[in-house]
Amino acid sequence: MSRIAGRFESLRERGRKALIPYITAGDPEPSVTVPLLHALVEAGADVLELGVPFSDPMADGPVIQAACERALAHHVSLHQVLDMVRSFRRQDSDTPVVLMGYLNPIEVMGYAAFAKAAHAAGVDGVLTVDLPPEEAAELVACLKGEQLDPIFLAAPNSDAERIRRMTENGGGFLYYVSFKGVTGANRLDVQAVADKLAQIRGHTGLPVGVGFGIRDAESAAQIAAVADAVVVGSALVKRIAALADQPGKVAALAPQVIADMRAAMDRA
Amino acid sequence: MTQTRRSSESLPLTGLPDARGHFGPYGGIFVAETLMEPLEELRRAWEKYARDADFLAELDQDLAQFVGRPSPLYHAERWSQQLGGAQVYLKREDLNHTGAHKVNNTVGQALLAKRLGKNRIIAETGAGQHGVATATVAARLGLECVVYMGAEDIRRQAINVYRMRLLGAEVVSVESGSRTLKDALNEAMRDWVTNVDTTFYIIGTVAGPHPYPAMVRNFQTIIGREARAQLLEQTGRLPDALIACVGGGSNAIGLFHPFLDDAGVAMYGVEGGGYGLDSGKHAAPLCAGRPGVLHGNRTYLMEDRDGQIIETHSVSAGLDYPGVGPEHAWLKDSGRAAYVAVTDEQALDAFHALTRSEGIIPALESSHALAYAQQLAPQLDADKLLIVNLSGRGDKDIHTVAALEGIKV
Repeated sequence: MSRIAGRFESLRERGRKALIPYITAGDPEPSVTVPLLHALVEAGADVLELGVPFSDPMADGPVIQAACERALAHHVSLHQVLDMVRSFRRQDSDTPVVLMGYLNPIEVMGYAAFAKAAHAAGVDGVLTVDLPPEEAAELVACLKGEQLDPIFLAAPNSDAERIRRMTENGGGFLYYVSFKGVTGANRLDVQAVADKLAQIRGHTGLPVGVGFGIRDAESAAQIAAVADAVVVGSALVKRIAALADQPGKVAALAPQVIADMRAAMDRA
Repeated sequence: MTQTRRSSESLPLTGLPDARGHFGPYGGIFVAETLMEPLEELRRAWEKYARDADFLAELDQDLAQFVGRPSPLYHAERWSQQLGGAQVYLKREDLNHTGAHKVNNTVGQALLAKRLGKNRIIAETGAGQHGVATATVAARLGLECVVYMGAEDIRRQAINVYRMRLLGAEVVSVESGSRTLKDALNEAMRDWVTNVDTTFYIIGTVAGPHPYPAMVRNFQTIIGREARAQLLEQTGRLPDALIACVGGGSNAIGLFHPFLDDAGVAMYGVEGGGYGLDSGKHAAPLCAGRPGVLHGNRTYLMEDRDGQIIETHSVSAGLDYPGVGPEHAWLKDSGRAAYVAVTDEQALDAFHALTRSEGIIPALESSHALAYAQQLAPQLDADKLLIVNLSGRGDKDIHTVAALEGIKV
């Protein structure tokens, strides 16, 4: 069983929902990332989503775009992101790590070489925003060959056939994008999410995480009530941005937003 | 430029792309999941209306009466004589309404938007020609129009920005990334994914996810279909070579495509060589880039060793783009077309040459194609025929040219 599947199973046994924070690797500077990942686990994260910075993050709103730009000012490459995961794994062999990003850096490294390096570094899953299942066969084969879970995004307008295809090709969990829009927008409609998740569960046995638009403890708790996992990106990255000129304080202060969400989710 | 030429007869050129938008390994659909449904809706609509007699009749009427087609094919006799070789014919897309070839496509996509019941149009623009062409058709059809334009391009192309605003479009300045065309495209995609139910995205070039490269190409092939018939009528024969500038590549593919099966017709796509390919400051992904994935398709890109897209440079805003349409990537690999680059300086030289010898002020984009004709024509005999796509007029560029030459207008 993969580390991600194992984590979801143990959470289910404890009646707890997964909290999955997203950060952009190297934001605001590379030395912050590994201590921040550990601090997020301390604050209650169950799975970590580590963003690979990209120059043209088409699916992201301004908060994560700016995070990519801060990281790229330090020339953070996919190789360095894998080094960060390797370094994180020296002290934490339990918490699953999912890389999230765009296809082009992986294309440049080569699918097989990437999958091998990611597995060796201790990565568990890979989510490629601009790679729909239709184009994913080759990368999926390489990832699965290295026991990595390909994680797909489902959207409000994905039909049953597409959900089935994502389930066949994917692993770990299904990431449901809560609304039509970019990351960080303020459009969350909990009832609409609940309705769509009920449909989706009819077509997949994978755990379903929900992301986009979860901005505070209250919305995290509401989503946790209907989903298997809550993914939080922009709300956390905003805290990091506010501390960008004091990078030494990021790991100590930014994870508070995750701790607050954890408390609210566990109370519910 | 030397290139291995394979037999084009064994290559499927005109039947492309395949059902999922692939030109060999290029093209395809690489977008976030939310855009899969609207792209499928667009593909279905396009395939339906491309065969629909009423739609095609309306398109033909708009092209004739609103755009002013057919555009002339003009024998540039004096310039040909000065070059001292092949005869140069200019396909006068600069004479279209709005002053460039871009309107051929926006007229077509706007008719599709109307059929699909979408009342809001968005577009990205670099030099502003596509933005102007989009704002123009939106004004005519009474559609809301938002144009995304890089802040740097807004500075370079102030006249076109004002034209778009006069036409009632909202021009949104894009401040992210390199603040040029690629960033405008990112921002337009973000708008589309957010407003997908009400909004039609008119992409201006033969790039982006399927079906855009094929659809925009098909709207632009009017250029090559006309030119082919016009040259046959004027000279009784086909050209020996075609020359067109390539940014995203829509004017080039529009000229090339109807000649793909004419084995004797050579094709040259001319990229923005900026300060020279060796300088690294250029916009020539086919000449000096490598394949990758950006903006919804796999194609040649300008990127660093980590796969980050790098900033491009060209004196011409319309060529200042790090990618290129996937069909050009395929035509390059297959050897059917050759891709070369000319520098800013060479393009400016051709800009002046045509202006002074023929009384035609070309766009800086088109001046790249003219610059390559300046190199090629003298190497050929006087009975050889070249068609150069004069894709746009240069009025929008006179401030840029004047500034480069230290003249205050």
